[in-house]
Amino acid sequence: MKKDIILSGVGGQGILSIATIIGDAAVRAGLNLKQAEVHGMSQRGGEVESGLRLSDTEIFSDLVPLGTADIILSMEPMEALRYLPYLHEGGYVITSSSPFRNIGNYPEERVMSVLSSMDNAVTIDIEEIAGKNAMPKSANVILLGAAAGYLGILSPEQLAESIRNVFAPKGERIVEMNLRAFETGREYGRRQ
Amino acid sequence: MTRIRLLLGDEAIAEGALQAGIKGVYAYPGTPSTEITEYIQHSPVSRENGIHCSWSSNEKTAMESALGMSYSGCRSMVCMKHVGMNVAADAFVNSAMTGVNGGLVVVAADDPSMHSSQNEQDSRFYGKFAMVPVLEPSTQQEAYEMAGYAFELSEREKLPVLLRLTTRLAHSRAAVSITDGKPEIRKRPVADDPKSWVLLPANARRRNDDLTARQPYLERLSGDSPFFRTVMSGNGNGKGIIACGTGYNYVMENRAVQSGFHLMKISQYPVPSEKISDFSGQCSEILVVEDGQPFLEEQVRGIVGRGYPLKGRLSGDLPRTGELNPDNVAAAMGLKNARVFDIPEGIVPRPPALCEGCGHRDVYIALNKVLADYPEAKVFADIGCYTLGALPPFCAIDSCVDMGASITMAKGAADAGLCPAVAVIGDSTFTHSGMTGLLDAVNDGSNITVIISDNLTTAMTGGQDSAGTDKFEAICVALGVGRDHVCVVVPVPKNMDEITEVIREELGYDGVSVIIPRRECMQTLARKRRIARKNQEEGK
Repeated sequence: MKKDIILSGVGGQGILSIATIIGDAAVRAGLNLKQAEVHGMSQRGGEVESGLRLSDTEIFSDLVPLGTADIILSMEPMEALRYLPYLHEGGYVITSSSPFRNIGNYPEERVMSVLSSMDNAVTIDIEEIAGKNAMPKSANVILLGAAAGYLGILSPEQLAESIRNVFAPKGERIVEMNLRAFETGREYGRRQ
Repeated sequence: MTRIRLLLGDEAIAEGALQAGIKGVYAYPGTPSTEITEYIQHSPVSRENGIHCSWSSNEKTAMESALGMSYSGCRSMVCMKHVGMNVAADAFVNSAMTGVNGGLVVVAADDPSMHSSQNEQDSRFYGKFAMVPVLEPSTQQEAYEMAGYAFELSEREKLPVLLRLTTRLAHSRAAVSITDGKPEIRKRPVADDPKSWVLLPANARRRNDDLTARQPYLERLSGDSPFFRTVMSGNGNGKGIIACGTGYNYVMENRAVQSGFHLMKISQYPVPSEKISDFSGQCSEILVVEDGQPFLEEQVRGIVGRGYPLKGRLSGDLPRTGELNPDNVAAAMGLKNARVFDIPEGIVPRPPALCEGCGHRDVYIALNKVLADYPEAKVFADIGCYTLGALPPFCAIDSCVDMGASITMAKGAADAGLCPAVAVIGDSTFTHSGMTGLLDAVNDGSNITVIISDNLTTAMTGGQDSAGTDKFEAICVALGVGRDHVCVVVPVPKNMDEITEVIREELGYDGVSVIIPRRECMQTLARKRRIARKNQEEGK
């Protein structure tokens, strides 16, 4: 079994933290994993992408081949669409619906109309949920929660365990907040 | 005891070097190499074993310090991005002539596709140029194992060893099986061999002859490397592939051997020409798959001869520039790619930008305001976050070439009569390669205005210490810039009138002036505050 995931967003939105959590869970589950990250200049408020490959057999390429990703998991709706060529037919797009408007010509109507026309797109207003539940710093973990039911290769319980692991150095309060964010995301994911 | 850790290619090299018992790492930050040194800085082993790991001013000082450490009998590593090799080249090439004592490994992280760089140069050419062994890992596990192997090889052959990787390996994470245990610092007797280390022509000629004569031997070592392998396909179609580095991964992803290709994996240079010659005899054609420039392909061409059907970047079967990926490699192998969705129409690019509230923004706003009155003005910028001043809304700079070129290009332009000639350089870039150029300008009395935009850190690569922090006024005055023409301002919007006034005044001065807008990087500041808050919460 394999699962190829494209994580996308805007520099600073925390997609690498999502990758870290999934990565921790994968290693604990004895899965093979490759995760190609983007560092450096491309992080400065620009588009960012990380390919995450999970498999119970050996993985060779660090990059996800075009047309083969099972899920695009995005912190930003336009950034979800930018990586569409990676998705296979029948793959899922799971994305925050809140646009990050740091460019002048943001095509909001176009982005929303494409997403709503797609059969396998799950859009969630992460920002609103984060605001309403007073967890503004955990928007990325809410998104991970929403996607948990779609991952298949890892269970939500395994992911929750890794949230505990990954955030433990930051203190119990942060761990609890992120676990709460994860559960909140799961509820919204189920509703879709 | 072994255990599994999830490591970037960079981190795997660092872990391997720690296990090999290094006494020091010397480096200047540069994407995609920075994480090697950072990993060592954060490792408890470094503190316990007193391993040197603070940043160097530039790649040349790093390379020379590492050579000194090797001279004294300890293992040392130098890390840099590919263009850093240009800066370190004098020391690197000549270290092949002196040879080494303690193991010396030079890590060059190349950046095909230029994710964060200004060119696509391939560091393997430097290895060939200097006539030293070059290692090229394909996976994170190999990166870890090759670091240890590299030190053994270096110490045994008494040569520096170049370890070359590319962005995709440097910045990709995978599980690596590492040896647990407290490494011990290796120590050999201090070198006592002036005939090798004093490169007077008489000594250097002998060294050069020795090194040249050893090349066939080094070639054989490449073919005997534990990382070299040849797999002959059972259902062979007669076609062969020679792959290296990440190129090997893409070939394997596309099931090369199952698809009938014979496969040779190269992991060490100089190229094992006899093995390649034998392999080519068993294949009807060969595809060379390498990330970077056609370094291997050109040499394979030399081995197989002009008439042999050879495919690669030069033949056009793979793209001539840019990095490899599983898709362009599949196409070169004649395999069918999966069907893909198009990017929907109307999706616009989102280029990187200076952070909101960044001091560089205020510098460019002020500079643009003043220079609106000087249509002839040219702004020579440099390498760093502030290169983003080239993009809207600022469009404030006219050049960015290499580390330090802002000051010296402004000087040359001023020498040719261009006025006003303005240089914009960051604090870390200034101490990397700007100081000597400033001395040239002072000695010639060149009419330039230098802006050292000081954010107290090496920001672009993630906020590493900057070598000149707190020293800039003293450095400029010591280099001969007049005290009255070294001006410090604080780049915040409320100071805009003062800043523009200072720029206007110094543009009017016929000579070298330096303006230092100084305000801490937003990212570094935020990180410090986070740490302070956390410490407070924990009652530290």
